[in-house]
Amino acid sequence: MADARKRLDPESTIGPAGAARPHDSASKHVAGEAVYIDDIPEPAGLAHACLGLSGIAHGRLIALDLEPVRAAPGVLCLLTAKDIPGQNDISSTHRHDEPVFATETVLHHGQPLFAVVAETRDQARRAALLARAEYQEAAPLLDVAAARAAGGELVTDPLKLERGDVAAALAASPRRLKGSMAIGGQDHFYLESQIALAIPGEDEDMFVASSTQHPSEVQHMVAQVLGVGSHAVTVEIRRMGGGFGGKETQANLFACVAALAARKLRRPVKLRPDRDDDMVITGKRHDFVCDYEIGFDDDGHILAVDTVYAARCGWNADLSGPVTDRALFHMDNCYFYPAVRARSEPLRTNTVSNTAFRGFGGPQGMVGAERFIEEIAFATGLDPLEVRRRNLYGGSSSSDGPGRNVTPYHQTVEDMIGGEVIAELERRCDYKARQEAVRAFNAASPIIKRGLALTPVKFGISFTATWYNQAGALVHVYTDGTVMLNHGGTEMGQGLHVKVAQVVGQAFGIGLDQIKITATTTGKVPNTSATAASSGSDLNGMAALDACETIKARLTAFAARHWQEEPAAIAFLPGRVQIGAREITFAELVQAAYMARIQLSATGFYATPKIHWDRKAGRGHPFYYFAYGAAAAEVAIDTLTGEYKVERVDILHDCGTSLNPAIDKGQIEGGFIQGMGWLTTEELVWDEKGQLRTHAPSTYKIPVASDRPRIFNVDLLENAPNREPTIHRSKAVGEPPLMLAISVLHALSDAVASVGGHRVCPRLDAPATPERVLTAVERVRAEVGR
Amino acid sequence: MRETLRFLLGDRLVEIASCDPTLTVLDWLRLDQRLTGSKEGCAEGDCGACTVVVGRLDRGALRYEAINACIRFLPTLDGCQLLTVEHLKGADGALHPVQQALVDCHGSQCGFCTPGFVMSLFALWLNEDAPGVTRIEDALAGNLCRCTGYEPIIAAAQRMYGLGQRSQERFATDRPRIASRLAALQDDATLALGSRGSRFYAPACLAALAELMLAHPDATLVAGATDVGLWVTKGMRRLSPVIALGRIEALRDLADEGDHLRIGAMVNHVDLRKALAGLSPQLDELMRRFGGEQVRNAGTIGGNIANGSPIGDLPPALIALGARLVLARRHCEERSDEAIQGDVERAPLDRFATLAMTGETDALQRRTIPLEDFFLDYRKQDRQPGEFVEAVLVPKLPTDAFFHVSKISKRFDEDISAVCGAFFLQRDAAGRISEARLAYGGMAGIPKRAKAAEAALTGRIWDEMAVSDAISALASDFQPLTDMRASAHYRLTVAGNLLRRFLIETTQTGTATRVAGLLAEADHG
Repeated sequence: MADARKRLDPESTIGPAGAARPHDSASKHVAGEAVYIDDIPEPAGLAHACLGLSGIAHGRLIALDLEPVRAAPGVLCLLTAKDIPGQNDISSTHRHDEPVFATETVLHHGQPLFAVVAETRDQARRAALLARAEYQEAAPLLDVAAARAAGGELVTDPLKLERGDVAAALAASPRRLKGSMAIGGQDHFYLESQIALAIPGEDEDMFVASSTQHPSEVQHMVAQVLGVGSHAVTVEIRRMGGGFGGKETQANLFACVAALAARKLRRPVKLRPDRDDDMVITGKRHDFVCDYEIGFDDDGHILAVDTVYAARCGWNADLSGPVTDRALFHMDNCYFYPAVRARSEPLRTNTVSNTAFRGFGGPQGMVGAERFIEEIAFATGLDPLEVRRRNLYGGSSSSDGPGRNVTPYHQTVEDMIGGEVIAELERRCDYKARQEAVRAFNAASPIIKRGLALTPVKFGISFTATWYNQAGALVHVYTDGTVMLNHGGTEMGQGLHVKVAQVVGQAFGIGLDQIKITATTTGKVPNTSATAASSGSDLNGMAALDACETIKARLTAFAARHWQEEPAAIAFLPGRVQIGAREITFAELVQAAYMARIQLSATGFYATPKIHWDRKAGRGHPFYYFAYGAAAAEVAIDTLTGEYKVERVDILHDCGTSLNPAIDKGQIEGGFIQGMGWLTTEELVWDEKGQLRTHAPSTYKIPVASDRPRIFNVDLLENAPNREPTIHRSKAVGEPPLMLAISVLHALSDAVASVGGHRVCPRLDAPATPERVLTAVERVRAEVGR
Repeated sequence: MRETLRFLLGDRLVEIASCDPTLTVLDWLRLDQRLTGSKEGCAEGDCGACTVVVGRLDRGALRYEAINACIRFLPTLDGCQLLTVEHLKGADGALHPVQQALVDCHGSQCGFCTPGFVMSLFALWLNEDAPGVTRIEDALAGNLCRCTGYEPIIAAAQRMYGLGQRSQERFATDRPRIASRLAALQDDATLALGSRGSRFYAPACLAALAELMLAHPDATLVAGATDVGLWVTKGMRRLSPVIALGRIEALRDLADEGDHLRIGAMVNHVDLRKALAGLSPQLDELMRRFGGEQVRNAGTIGGNIANGSPIGDLPPALIALGARLVLARRHCEERSDEAIQGDVERAPLDRFATLAMTGETDALQRRTIPLEDFFLDYRKQDRQPGEFVEAVLVPKLPTDAFFHVSKISKRFDEDISAVCGAFFLQRDAAGRISEARLAYGGMAGIPKRAKAAEAALTGRIWDEMAVSDAISALASDFQPLTDMRASAHYRLTVAGNLLRRFLIETTQTGTATRVAGLLAEADHG
């Protein structure tokens, strides 16, 4: 490995933070040598589990005949709720609403009823199909409208954000309008489906290799279902084949069932659902219905916003509370609302339990905000970008008027650079001239119409569950000067491990080839938070740096003693340590320190400062800082079929001072395309019986290579260090770029609007499939013709 | 008959005497060989994480193709070479240029899809000089990446050509040696594996196929397995006997017979595209968007037709062209099925070889029918016991005819049609429509002609009024379904609008009508 890296980039083996280093596993990825859980050499005696799923969406389970399953070839044992020694509950928010196996009531199609364990995976899959279940079916509530019609049961407490007197402000507004928008969900479609491998140990010990973003939670859940202490369970993950939020809580089920089976059989057990089962069982991005009423003036200034964000949460709460909260936290995007009321409505439905997904409700909130802007633009005849500009939060300078920088949750925006980012992107992408070119093209083209839109992003960084904003690390320095790095973050492809290694390399002045990146394990760093909310490098980078600083302080004190120098004369430089006039290698210093009995291992810890949040009052400072960006998208639509092509995208994104520009660019491009998929071709369809009909890539269409824009200019905002003292002044980058794709939805809308001379707001809902685009074209034409 | 499967895994000869006829290449690699570089992402040939490269002899020449290991049955590799991501690094551990380019361009994030991309790009590297972006996108249409957004992978596909001399590289210099090793594995004997209840045959000639078909009229015929593979991986079906067609060279014949092309049933979609592109750029574009590259390599014209899907993309186009289907079976008047069954079970090892040498075509009885008559009802075709699709006869377009085909799907590449419309118009000297063939997929249980709409056009001048009348008539031709791909309303609307597109493209050549693909690129110059 070390050799491969040297070959690849000979100049930068000493890799300070800020360098464009390749992903630490890149050479292994391309050689097929990176080990995912299903690739781990199988332990002797391995058995395979398969889940037996409900065939209805809602009802009572009257009888479950598993005898044919038990009698099937190779079957070793069965597991139902009765076989759970601990609790039959894996509710991540401790609401006791998420059984491992359904008992009397079935709440969604595909809910696990039992598991079968067999000698081979094929035998387990075949056996699971032999179960005979009898149900008393009830009408399933499948979407927001049905849930509301049935009384609107909520899975968790709703949130209300309020500032000013919205009723009075609406009444006083010269103009007002009402509308509603449907915003679709999204399957994560991580290429590696869920998987867990459980290996029983002595006593009650259980080792679980789990493809999870949250090893500590898997550890707690496994302990809970096994009825043992957390100290008996070790959870490990070297890397996931993609996560995107889909392995924040959704890995729990698979890990727990594997562990239950391993406990029962006293053999190692692996559980890997196939793609269809994975998609049918696991939660997805929440789809929302956003109802809104807006007050504004003829100049396009927003005066009041009153809105309800209703979400299809599925059969249990899971993370729907914080997800719907984050939707409200982003219903402002970059815009100041003088009076605002926003309410969430997290509805229970008989569908998969929707969960975390890159952006965590924020994207849906922001899509609403951009719809408000669009409505006003069409109502006033102003260009949407002009309406955006007129409503931006004020900067820290008070020239924008006092109080124009307070959010609906009463946090003051202290780092607003959205206006600058918009202006700079507008210049770089030549927005004005291209808008004119698009209009000219459309005038001459009766069938194909082009559209252009520029939308900004402001995304709040920190877990809104404030206690999650902590992280730990464990750094060992060995006597040869090499370093083993452990931290609580997990690698799902985002490049967290290489970024944290760069931080450690910079701290000690050593190259990445001297640092071993290890699997994340609860046995080394305990009580970790999920690698989520874009927080991975912010939290774990700081925790690792803290550990390094502890070791450096010991080494510095030792060196000062040993070589009779002032501590200030000792510096860790690239490839060497300076001690007064003398320079030695890091390895030499470490060796000397070891001989002098200096501890060469340390833990590190970090807790994000400044943040607090009072959910009941709807007030606080939930975000440490904001990440900004903007994107301009140009599309072409076919008004006969609704087909479209995203032709060009320009992006300017704020990563603060990037820890690794190559990794960050990858996050921006990948996040954008994933967001584009969400808003365009990725459509989840449930039939009237509550069966998901889009449960494999043959029916669920994520973007492919030809869907990316041919012209794709992606820049990181230059000279923009984070104003807060984050790790090397960088900014989180995992989620914010996904929302840059809202520009595509609005470019499509702009193209649709051209068929009505831009007089009618297309009100294009998401995902904007070719069918929705064509429907919008027909509707605009009909309204203009009226 | 030969009872041992033989193929090369990299450089190593693999001989397998007994295996499940539907064991997938991917399961064999991962579970049996413990070669875990190839990944399972979907087990339906749609994500490409399992992509491997297969070398086969095509009329004596070694040909390398990327395929999906997850839906390819292992015994169909008989006589081939299988290359996986594990074979690419040099003996010194150096990355292959394809791999190095991906590292250099930051082309992997989570890395799970990466081995599949490596192998798709490796096939491109083996077969083609540095291609343009459209060709790279096509070559990668069967590979899903959820992390990168593809930009760095496309960059790598361009960079890899600058990282080494293709002709000097070991896979190039090895070609003659591999070709001769594969040649040594070819024979005329039918490969027969497994036992009763789990039987696999791969005949090497038409006569042997015909014989097997009579003996096993219920056999599952496997061409590229791009659909049958899913019966196994998704439907959990146990198929027996399986008769694989891949070894029969005669079924890969593609001949220009004057006014029509005769296309063997086992001609894959890549070769078919080249042949059909010569008839019409519309067909070129249709075939470009057919599945992903791996499916285009494995899938065949015969499979696409014989499987009888209501949404297969070839039948509407072929029906509009007036294609005819050649069905063949063994002459069998004087012998009972039981007798033949007994013959096959007891067949001496050289029986089929003898048949092949004694003029196999005499042993076949054939009938030729219009393709549209083959489709009787949903998933029900006019195929007699013992019969197989041998070839498709595709008429060339008269120079004065208008032809059009449009595939409408949620995503352009690697998607299944919501609606596929293919239209043929012939006009008389007075400019009136003398013949109209309007065929649609996705509108009914089978690929079907719109007879009422055709009638509305016949005898008319090809103009807006005629099109409007044809569109009105479509409502009596079709009552399409609403499903996860599209609503009935959308299907019917688009079915009509495609006629408008056809009219515009044939009468207003300056007007842009496409947003993507070759035809759009032609629009933009």
